[in-house]
Amino acid sequence: MTAATGIGARVLRTEDKRFLTGTGRYVDDLPLARATHAYFLRSPHAHAKIKSIDTAAAKKMPGVVEIFTGKDTADAKVGGLICGWVVKGKDGQPHKSPPHPVMALDTVRYVGDTVAMVVANTADEAKDAAEAIKVDYDVKSANIDLARALDKGIPEVHPEAPGNLIYDWEIGVKADIDAAFAKAAHVTKLDLVNNRLIPNAMEPRAAAADYDKGTGNYTLWSTSQNPHVLRLILSAFVLGIPEHKLRVIAPDVGGGFGSKIFCYNEETMVTWAASRVGRPIKWTAERSESFMTDAHGRDHVTHAGLALDKDGKFLALRVDTIANMGAYLSTFSTAVPTYLYATLLAGQYTTPLIYANVRAALTHTAPVDAYRGAGRPEATFVIESLVSKAAAEMKIDAAELRRKNFIPSTAFPYQTPVALQYDSGNYPPIIDEAMKIADYKGFEARRAEAKSRGKLRGIGFSSYIEACGLGPSRVIGQLGGGVGQWESAQIKFNPTGNVQILTGAHSHGQSHETTFAQIVSDKLGVPIEAIEVVHGDTATTPFGMGSYGSRSLAVGGSAIMKAADKIIAKGKKIAAHLMEASVADVVFEQGTFKVAGTDKAVPLGAAVFAAYVPHNYPLEELEPGMDENAFYDPSNFVYPAGTQICEVEIDPDTGTVEVVAHTAVDDFGNIINPMIVDGQVHGGIVQGVGQALMENAVYDKATGQLVSGSYMDYTMPRADNVPSFKLGNKVTPCPHNPLGVKGCGEAGAIAAPAAVMNAVHNALAPLGVKHVEMPATPLNVWQSIQGAQPAAAE
Amino acid sequence: MTISVAMTVNGKSVSGKVEARTLLVQFLREHLGMTGTHVGCDTSQCGACVVHVDGKSVKSCTMLAVQAEGSKVITIEGLAESADKLHPMQESFRENHALQCGFCTPGMVMSAIDMVKRHNYQLDEATVRRELEGNLCRCTGYHNIVKAILAAAPAMKSAGV
Repeated sequence: MTAATGIGARVLRTEDKRFLTGTGRYVDDLPLARATHAYFLRSPHAHAKIKSIDTAAAKKMPGVVEIFTGKDTADAKVGGLICGWVVKGKDGQPHKSPPHPVMALDTVRYVGDTVAMVVANTADEAKDAAEAIKVDYDVKSANIDLARALDKGIPEVHPEAPGNLIYDWEIGVKADIDAAFAKAAHVTKLDLVNNRLIPNAMEPRAAAADYDKGTGNYTLWSTSQNPHVLRLILSAFVLGIPEHKLRVIAPDVGGGFGSKIFCYNEETMVTWAASRVGRPIKWTAERSESFMTDAHGRDHVTHAGLALDKDGKFLALRVDTIANMGAYLSTFSTAVPTYLYATLLAGQYTTPLIYANVRAALTHTAPVDAYRGAGRPEATFVIESLVSKAAAEMKIDAAELRRKNFIPSTAFPYQTPVALQYDSGNYPPIIDEAMKIADYKGFEARRAEAKSRGKLRGIGFSSYIEACGLGPSRVIGQLGGGVGQWESAQIKFNPTGNVQILTGAHSHGQSHETTFAQIVSDKLGVPIEAIEVVHGDTATTPFGMGSYGSRSLAVGGSAIMKAADKIIAKGKKIAAHLMEASVADVVFEQGTFKVAGTDKAVPLGAAVFAAYVPHNYPLEELEPGMDENAFYDPSNFVYPAGTQICEVEIDPDTGTVEVVAHTAVDDFGNIINPMIVDGQVHGGIVQGVGQALMENAVYDKATGQLVSGSYMDYTMPRADNVPSFKLGNKVTPCPHNPLGVKGCGEAGAIAAPAAVMNAVHNALAPLGVKHVEMPATPLNVWQSIQGAQPAAAE
Repeated sequence: MTISVAMTVNGKSVSGKVEARTLLVQFLREHLGMTGTHVGCDTSQCGACVVHVDGKSVKSCTMLAVQAEGSKVITIEGLAESADKLHPMQESFRENHALQCGFCTPGMVMSAIDMVKRHNYQLDEATVRRELEGNLCRCTGYHNIVKAILAAAPAMKSAGV
């Protein structure tokens, strides 16, 4: 009865109609009566002392309501922003924790650091007034170059972190690794830069706040991926507003990709100032502000080595990484290059020994935090670049070398040497399927044909693993995470039989309104039109940790399943009463309670009605109503895996790289809606292709100015930069969650950079090009070609 | 100093008093409360604000409200015939899952309709991709947007729109 809308069906999205007709409701769309508008004055310098701030002239500008500076927030004892994950270094000490004031006090530490907040009747008036604020800066030299950030004599960002070191962390046993490398038949070495990216969700960050003097209640509308966590942080650490007096609403949110997880100073300031101004305050970032102040992603400098025996079996992996934290520690920043990166370095392989040393460094740049994949793309890029380079050096087919080292399907659950225990997987059929779809056999013919047109064609593999579906709370706690990582759900029937699913997860493109409804439709036999998914409002939804790390289906969906089980269990009792049968004899099939072997039947809707109109109802033993909630804390992460194969053509005269074909085969466990899953993969791949070929956040190394500060300078992938994709899938159900699902949100972005860059290197190998850094722009590639020595002997 | 401006938006006569610097997109969003048209950048690159002015697609952040004096403007809110009958391009976006977060969608749809008409309902993939150079999407990877536009072209022709 629900086959067309249940689990596995290609159901068109419930949310589409409002987005297609211009009736979506994003934060900036909110009509707020008597609203004022905020504009934030930003530091034009990467590092400077603030000698004085003169707001006198600005306060007299038309429409200005109030101007706040760091002195005001310090006087009011507004707390600093927090980093919620404690990473302990080699010395056993927690990471260095420099303060992160909501507005700069006496020092600015990156271009874009917040200096003053102007509140005026219109946004234009606020902006005009900000230009009249006089700030006297004493400009200092800045620390911009990550590779040198930890060197002696580099300007310090914070005195609390001497030498700019936040932590020096390791995993694995170094001595074992050194011994393995010493006796290896072959060692492949690689120096890599994982380029800094700017997330660029299409909706800029925005916040609006209102304060009700009569009740003392605050309401904050924010472009947040996790409204409950945002409220928790603002309440417990920053503003001290009791949690029950602060309502956070994240309405329609136009993409996040990680950048909208974090607690930012603008939403904090808007909330704090709303009670002082006595009118609602709205703020929406201009795109140039987003470039400057959204938490950036990636930004690693890495030296890595892979030791192999003579047959190509991996013996040991050694990784040394400096990770950029920017000028302040953002909400989850410390966990990204450690527990979300180094613990993934086993990849899909049986490498017995792994050692990673990660040093987190401060620089005078915007904070860096989780961006789609968060650590896992960086890990995959290290492993898969090394493996393809080793294959080329040892003259072993790149697919063959991978296959030789895959964890066998019989080895699951598989304990890696870097803490994680993979629950399930079967990697060889994935690469087989990818090679079939990509017509790997026909590649040499395509390469020859491209050569006849003067083009260099290359092919590249990337076989990724990720750990997502965060995560078992106990493990997160042991690793220093400051929050639980369960998820919650409430299934609320109305007397007339329609259903609301209330979830603590948040959808900002992921299509929860459809996927979650499909689960309930399938499980309870309710038509999908009769189901509504409610999310994004702390006043109406149960507490949830929000959406990131591909966790909403694996964790939030599992909570929905648990709540649905409770609905069925209660329904059975009601139906047993109505049918005068024993509960043990009642079964639930396709939306109807039945007594096995009889024609007695009670549809779920009838049981629901009886629960709300309990005239004939076992009130002595059962509460009325049909409204169940559940919390779900997973027992392990989930481990999606897959292989991408990219083919590029390079014009050697211009250095232009064209992605001509791109294949992705993934194992996401069971799939609820294949259309939605494919869409997630498409988008992820393009973000990965963007990192590989186009995107780069560039700060001028002398001045710290953000050179790539607009869409004129930061190269976003456009439709004509990418081809259509070829996708496939294989399924090993997750053994430990009730849906058997894994996460699909980040896979595309995790695997793609290595696939593209391996293809680029494969294409350029005949010219003797050894290494091209990301992004492989035409200039970068052309210069690599000019500097290369043709590999004539090979 | 304010200036009076009057135009037709989605078939209705509208007017208002604006500053000289007020952009068409600001007039639509802030004066008329028509928030379907979005602002995604400040350099006229992203295309989230595309509307039709006198039959041509225009980035409404690159045009002053006063420049639209007397014009006929169509926005995303004016496309669907009724609540139940979407424009073929809107329907094709839905059918092909060409939107995720929905933020770029209004501009994408408006650009796509203009594109189909300018190419006389005949498009191929390369043309669609090239023509989308003025519209950024961060969610879909463009794959399904391209598919939706290719599928909508014949549907628009047979619907006579």
